Amino acid sequence: MSTTSHEATGSDTPTVKMITGTIDGTDVTVPEGTMIIRAAELMGVEVPRFCDHPLLDPVAACRACLVEVEGMPKPQPSCAVPLGDGMTVQTQLTSEVADTAQKGVMEFLLINHPLDCPVCDKGGECPLQNQAMSVGRPESRFTGQKREFPKPINVSSEILLDRERCVSCARCTRFAEQIAGDPFIALLERGAQQQVGTGEEPFDSYFSGNTIQICPVGALTSEEYRFRSRPFDLVSVPTTCEHCASGCSMRTDYRHENVMRRQSGDDPEVNEEWNCDKGRFAFPYLQLERLATPLVRENGQLRRASWPEALRIAADGLAAARSRTSVLTGGRLTMEDAYAYARFARVGLGTDDIDLRARAASDEETDFLSGEVAGSCGPVYRELESAPAVLLAALEPEEESPIIYLRLRKAARAGTKVFSLGPFASQGLEKMAGSLVECVPGDLATQLDQLDDETAAALSQPGAVILLGERAATEPGAFAAMSRLVQRTGAEWAWVPRRAGERGAIDAGCLPGLLPGGRPLTDETARQEIASLWGIDPDELPATAGRSLTATVAQIHADAKAASEAGEEEEFSPELAALLVAGVEPDDIPNADQFLTALDSVPFLVSLETRPSEVTARADVVLPVAVVTEKSGAFVTWEGRRRPFGTVMPQPTSFTDAVVLALLSDYMDLATPPREVDDLRTELGNLGAWQGSRVSPADVPAGSAQQPGSGEAVLASWRYLLDLGTMQEGEPHLAGTRKPAVVRISAATAAANGVEAGSRVRVSTDTGAITLPVELTEMADNVVWLPLNSPDSQVLVSLGALPGDTVRLERGDV
Amino acid sequence: MSGTKLTPVITEYWDDAKPWSIDSYRSHGGYSTLKQSLETDPDDVIATIKDSGLRGRGGAGFPTGMKWSFVPQNDGKPHYLVVNADESEPGACKDIPIMLANPHALIEGVIMTCHAIRAHHAFIYIRGEVPHPIRRVHQAVAEARAAGFIGKNILGTGIDLDVVVHGGAGAYICGEETALLDSLEGLRGQPRLKPPFPAVAGLYASPTVVNNVETITSVPYIIRNGVEWYRGFGTEKSPGFKVWAVSGHVRRPGIYEAPLGITMRELLDYAGGIREGHELKFWLPGGSSVPMLTADHLDTPLTYEDMVEAGSMLGTGTPMVFDETTSVVKAITRWLEFYKHESCGKCTPCREGTYWITGTLEKFQGGFGQEKEVDELVELCNQIMGRSFCALGDAAATPYPGALKYFRSEFTDALTQPPDDLFSPSATMVIPSPAGVAG
Repeated sequence: MSTTSHEATGSDTPTVKMITGTIDGTDVTVPEGTMIIRAAELMGVEVPRFCDHPLLDPVAACRACLVEVEGMPKPQPSCAVPLGDGMTVQTQLTSEVADTAQKGVMEFLLINHPLDCPVCDKGGECPLQNQAMSVGRPESRFTGQKREFPKPINVSSEILLDRERCVSCARCTRFAEQIAGDPFIALLERGAQQQVGTGEEPFDSYFSGNTIQICPVGALTSEEYRFRSRPFDLVSVPTTCEHCASGCSMRTDYRHENVMRRQSGDDPEVNEEWNCDKGRFAFPYLQLERLATPLVRENGQLRRASWPEALRIAADGLAAARSRTSVLTGGRLTMEDAYAYARFARVGLGTDDIDLRARAASDEETDFLSGEVAGSCGPVYRELESAPAVLLAALEPEEESPIIYLRLRKAARAGTKVFSLGPFASQGLEKMAGSLVECVPGDLATQLDQLDDETAAALSQPGAVILLGERAATEPGAFAAMSRLVQRTGAEWAWVPRRAGERGAIDAGCLPGLLPGGRPLTDETARQEIASLWGIDPDELPATAGRSLTATVAQIHADAKAASEAGEEEEFSPELAALLVAGVEPDDIPNADQFLTALDSVPFLVSLETRPSEVTARADVVLPVAVVTEKSGAFVTWEGRRRPFGTVMPQPTSFTDAVVLALLSDYMDLATPPREVDDLRTELGNLGAWQGSRVSPADVPAGSAQQPGSGEAVLASWRYLLDLGTMQEGEPHLAGTRKPAVVRISAATAAANGVEAGSRVRVSTDTGAITLPVELTEMADNVVWLPLNSPDSQVLVSLGALPGDTVRLERGDV
Repeated sequence: MSGTKLTPVITEYWDDAKPWSIDSYRSHGGYSTLKQSLETDPDDVIATIKDSGLRGRGGAGFPTGMKWSFVPQNDGKPHYLVVNADESEPGACKDIPIMLANPHALIEGVIMTCHAIRAHHAFIYIRGEVPHPIRRVHQAVAEARAAGFIGKNILGTGIDLDVVVHGGAGAYICGEETALLDSLEGLRGQPRLKPPFPAVAGLYASPTVVNNVETITSVPYIIRNGVEWYRGFGTEKSPGFKVWAVSGHVRRPGIYEAPLGITMRELLDYAGGIREGHELKFWLPGGSSVPMLTADHLDTPLTYEDMVEAGSMLGTGTPMVFDETTSVVKAITRWLEFYKHESCGKCTPCREGTYWITGTLEKFQGGFGQEKEVDELVELCNQIMGRSFCALGDAAATPYPGALKYFRSEFTDALTQPPDDLFSPSATMVIPSPAGVAG
């Protein structure tokens, strides 16, 4: 991750051989290997197609794209025949043979198709419907009995299949096999009885929704959207997915004031044409119970209040706590809203206590994010695709950044070697044909330092990439160790957060000691640049780095203790007198209990939220803010790529966080900061990249794994993509596709603890216990893995432990 | 009597007590030149087969030696020989008798071919519905292994070869060579996109030769007796002998081995002529997938090139003969039902076309056809022919237009009268049906 990274790989771009052929009498020059159908597209000739998809291997099964090629006796499938140098091709526009062939195929395709367009979800946006209109006959000659199937069948709890509509193009099955690597749907039977089906397992894939989108008929539908709307009643808005840092381009379709569905956008640089099921289906939360008006606390109870009243109370409370307020932004904000917080904290509240991380974090990570990540732009998706080798450290892409997984799988199919430092070879790693470098939680830094020569040699090839996941924050010394590995191998690297807003918030300066644009708070030049941007004196900026979330919670508890010790007579002034909290989910934070008691005891709590939460329940003032569909802004991908998006459904009564902060500034008699997205973006953009020196991360010694005793094991855990995340609420069919929670231990660990295959395992700490079925796994001994936030397996809440901690292990069904 | 003599080579000793045993085969010279052949330069073996002019007996007639020479050498990949023994074509019954009566000639051919193409692994993919030849070839492979002809260091030549006998699961499409390879790999049998061709990337993506049973069975005789001997049979473009399997309304249906170039009139003579009191109506040179011919073509030589000239194809060289009791409408319908049932479903024209055509023809069975449908069916066949993914679609589109050319009136008759009323089912039966069962 450096500003020069692109030059390193750019010079090696292989030269593409261009060839020239003739299509419909016009010369067209394309890269060698370009299929005729693509070459024709380039010159504006659209050849009909069903099975063809540019991102799938050709099958030439539907025969809709037949064209005449000079010298070939039969019409050829243009989707599977590359244009040759000097080749002469005639499409339906100039060739009777091609035209007749295409019309014949179209007629055949319709004989067993139900033509139930008036009740079909695809009607109005259906390639079969459209091409039947443009290529087909006005009336069918077929008068026989159409093939019938019972309808529909569930291939998963979310995906439904109406087999009689299927034209056997095999896009869905090829997607499942070639792109997702989840070949749980396949074509069965033969002849006209050929049908898509599953085996004993359902279509178990995080990417299953893509099959609906690429289905050229209405054979695949979702429980979520089926029979809900017609395409021509929808308003479509290009958006960016808010679920993770992959940064998928999306299309949000709404009708009246409801989002009806979301589809993958087409962005070759990021998500190509795919997205994950969370991005596609997890939007009903946007329409669940919202905060309609501001709330204020009166006699211990929250009551509705007008905006002026609530703003007045909030402004007064915050003004009184100036320099003694901490700001917790959460990882879900747009870059612009995050910037508004970064500025409001320093200017409005006179504090540097600001932290975007509502998750396990460390000071070591703070230094790393400030010094190395903020404002940088590193390897991008295309570089992952062309990398000879990629090392994953504390990162499980299929679960934590699914588009990285898809891109790496594509790369692996073309020869990229994927290595992963983790406790066992996950399904995702196996689907990337990756190699496991066994690593027990807590041991990551040591393993990075001691990486075997073979893997290190692979990473020493030009273009190799190391991806470090956000779970590295709980691995002592991991960031320093990664720097050493980068030194050793020369590999490119990137840090991959999970939430969509983290990277943007880092760039915007939502960390203690870090001003916007990667500028260190303690650097004089940086302070001057920021102060002049904000129209203040540099001395008005906080002098020293503030508190992280962890330090904030600790301070509030210390204040509470001091207050109780001080007794009622003395005037006690707490170090922290107020909290300003944005989208923070307490259950995501280690020791959520302590966090919540801190919220209870802090003298003044202002919450900016979209929905009622455990934070709003404890707040003194609650100010409702816009959800992602009601505002514009940008998320920043793990690459550092800005992904701006527009408002889907404008709501005059709904304010962005930035607008609310600007209103608070007004009420606090401060100069009004920029509040519109464009202004915030321009201001942050004008700041430019920081050229000065950065925080150099402390050389923390490499940590090593704990040594569990008898009946104990080291805890390993990460989140499943589909879990109990609050942004997945309201979509039970999606929830039905979650992976079941299991405990993974090695056979030896099982034997040592009296656990047999098929039994249950109880994992416990002093806080609590989780009991789940065991899945014996080839993995390190004395390590236990379970999903971090799944039904029956909420590790942070139930165990109060983090990966790397020692937990107790015993047979659970005795 | 006929001018062309029968020339039993493959079928020479089928009247031995146990012609399928290794002892029987060896007593007729089998395996006698194997060691010598294995010590010959592989390229010379390929050259011999090239020079012999042997053409594939599976239906397409592609020159065998040329197919072998397409296999890239020194490519570092394993090479495979796959014997296509998935004989499923309606009317074709030659490979199964060969495997039943002369499996060791097939196995010796496999060994010699593997040597030529530098393969150390051969597969014999036998149609799943016929357990007898599967068992017999298994037995023969075991005998050959016991005799040291298969295994490590064959006859001290340092050559290793393993032969696997694989039974299919019952799909006509698996006779298509790439579908056969998919099936052999454990996948669903559907044809593969070509290129790459099997010679470059076939079984397990490695260079593979796929040859018909009869083709490979011919190899040891050519190697043993030489090119000149072989070219003494047949014609310039279609040299060699051929196992003709004559079926239908003839007095003595069965296997007749004779050179290519023999005429159907001669084969009919050997088969005892048309049934007593009946006359020839139409015949097909090689399976249901080739266009039908009539008495006008009885003197056309049965060669690859002459059959094309006559508007048909030699195909598998297994003539089906029908006399005047046969309803063309019913015969065509049976075949189309077969193709509909066997269409793999991959491509639209074959999958939907056979469904549509069969549905229409079934209406004709009841006398409910519509006049416009007589010609519409030709259009539908044209919408399949040359547009399907593999040759199965072409095969399905072949019978109807050919039949209409010679017997249009039968189809127009079927617009009002069921063919069963016009052609008594019992009259056309070769083996009388049990009392009370209509044909």
